[in-house]
Amino acid sequence: MKYTQGIFPIAAKQAIAKNIYSFTISCPEVAQAAVPGQFVHIRAKGYTLRRPISICGIDKKKGTLRIVFEIRGEGTAEIAKLNEGELIDMLAPLGHGFTVDDSFGKVVLIGGGIGTPPMLPLAEIYGEKAAVITGFRDSSAVILQDDFKRTGAETILCTDNGSAGIHGFVTQPFGEIIEKEKIDLVCACGPMPMLKNIAAMCREKGIRCEISLEERMACGIGACLGCACRTKRNDEEYFAHVCKDGPVFNAEEVIW
Amino acid sequence: MADLSVNICGIDFKNPVIPASGVFGYGREYEELFPLDKLGGIATKGTTLHRRTGNIAPRIAETPSGMLNSVGLQNPGIDHFIAEELPYLLKKDLVILANIAGSTPDECVEVAQKLDDTDVHMIELNISCPNVKQGGAAFGTSCEMAAEVTRKVRAATKKPLIVKLSPNVTSITDIAKSVEAAGADAVSLINTLLGMRIDINTRRPILHNNVGGMSGPAVFPIAVRMVWQVANAVNIPVIGMGGVSSGRDAIELMMAGASAVQVGAAIFTDPFAPVKIIDEMNEFLDSKGIASVKEIVGTVQPW
Repeated sequence: MKYTQGIFPIAAKQAIAKNIYSFTISCPEVAQAAVPGQFVHIRAKGYTLRRPISICGIDKKKGTLRIVFEIRGEGTAEIAKLNEGELIDMLAPLGHGFTVDDSFGKVVLIGGGIGTPPMLPLAEIYGEKAAVITGFRDSSAVILQDDFKRTGAETILCTDNGSAGIHGFVTQPFGEIIEKEKIDLVCACGPMPMLKNIAAMCREKGIRCEISLEERMACGIGACLGCACRTKRNDEEYFAHVCKDGPVFNAEEVIW
Repeated sequence: MADLSVNICGIDFKNPVIPASGVFGYGREYEELFPLDKLGGIATKGTTLHRRTGNIAPRIAETPSGMLNSVGLQNPGIDHFIAEELPYLLKKDLVILANIAGSTPDECVEVAQKLDDTDVHMIELNISCPNVKQGGAAFGTSCEMAAEVTRKVRAATKKPLIVKLSPNVTSITDIAKSVEAAGADAVSLINTLLGMRIDINTRRPILHNNVGGMSGPAVFPIAVRMVWQVANAVNIPVIGMGGVSSGRDAIELMMAGASAVQVGAAIFTDPFAPVKIIDEMNEFLDSKGIASVKEIVGTVQPW
């Protein structure tokens, strides 16, 4: 099975920050197939289009997936109304994930705001080899810090206004790390300006950089060609699709 | 078990449910979820003579009970379709409607000629794509242009020719009559309705193309009305589509005059929608003691 669609019970629900929810979903088959960087496509009752939400935790033993999402509009608000014990309709797991390679030494995982959740499954894999840099608007928006600490990874927190952690953007501590250490892989998810800056810094140092992108999406599986992203491969420019070719892309392939 | 089979232009369909062009690609992604053999047919992604890159994103926007799209006919070109996609589909037990489009009537002709040498079952000529600057809807909004492109493509192929009509016209029945007179074997309708959404924070249209085609349950009553009007105006089969999302909707569209139905946006909501629609149609017919779905076509009794 690559992906499937079904209804699955919500084993746990938590509000973890203002308008941000964590769901743990019992879906053994999906959890078995899922890899870091993939997403689930969730049906919001009463809406035509599903909502793509990145995977924040994969527990193959318990057969669960965790998702963390923010209420962005009416559809996500509808999904957030679901409670523990209720069923959630998912098409999952979807998309192309991050590279996972045991031979890597140091990896840096960078999350901005609600782009932070997909970094957690990577931190769980890379553990002490990973430095996790997360950035948020202010202290009220900070999420998942304890989860990242539990993985054994080094964690660096930034806020735009200095109300928690470093006062500044994630690019500041990242710039310091790349000057000091040899890095095998950088993975990032967050706002486009952040990704663009990180990709440029990695290119300068010759570091492999993988970024997770977002786009308005319909089918989620590569059939409708809705979620186009300008990329180049072998010097040829073409519209790749975030749902199938991504959401994770080699930053070198993306045309900004 | 009611008999769900239908025959359109001499082609047998095991059931009247067909995923609409554009939502279903060339079928591969959905085969992961269910066997394509369950479907009556498949209308493949609109294919042009040469590869098209399509429009800049965003290409998708949500609307109340529906959506907008402006994909812009992104496709790998007809040669790729014939070499890489068609052989795979021909191994399946379903009718293949190759949806084609072009910037000029001559381009449509060339695409149709290439398909004429293949085993594809039917050609669906798209004269109604709202998302491309040349061709597309421009052919579909004037009776003369619609007739001209239909006549030229008709002459280029022996395959049954379905012409897919735009609802963005003053009189869809006039267009339907024009393409019938020009040699179309069937018409399919409705393509999407032109729509627009604006992000009020940025004052930018959500779609990069500014406007796009609206589909989904919101357009269903318009589809029923237009299918009914066209079915009463022409003597060729009508394939109905537009917001069909349940077996009841499919039955309703067939009562309005459709010989088969295509399913579009509903597949995004529920990828199993076409399969469920087939089951629900069967249940409805059984519950009414109707032996064959063919018996309901065009049976609405207007006041």
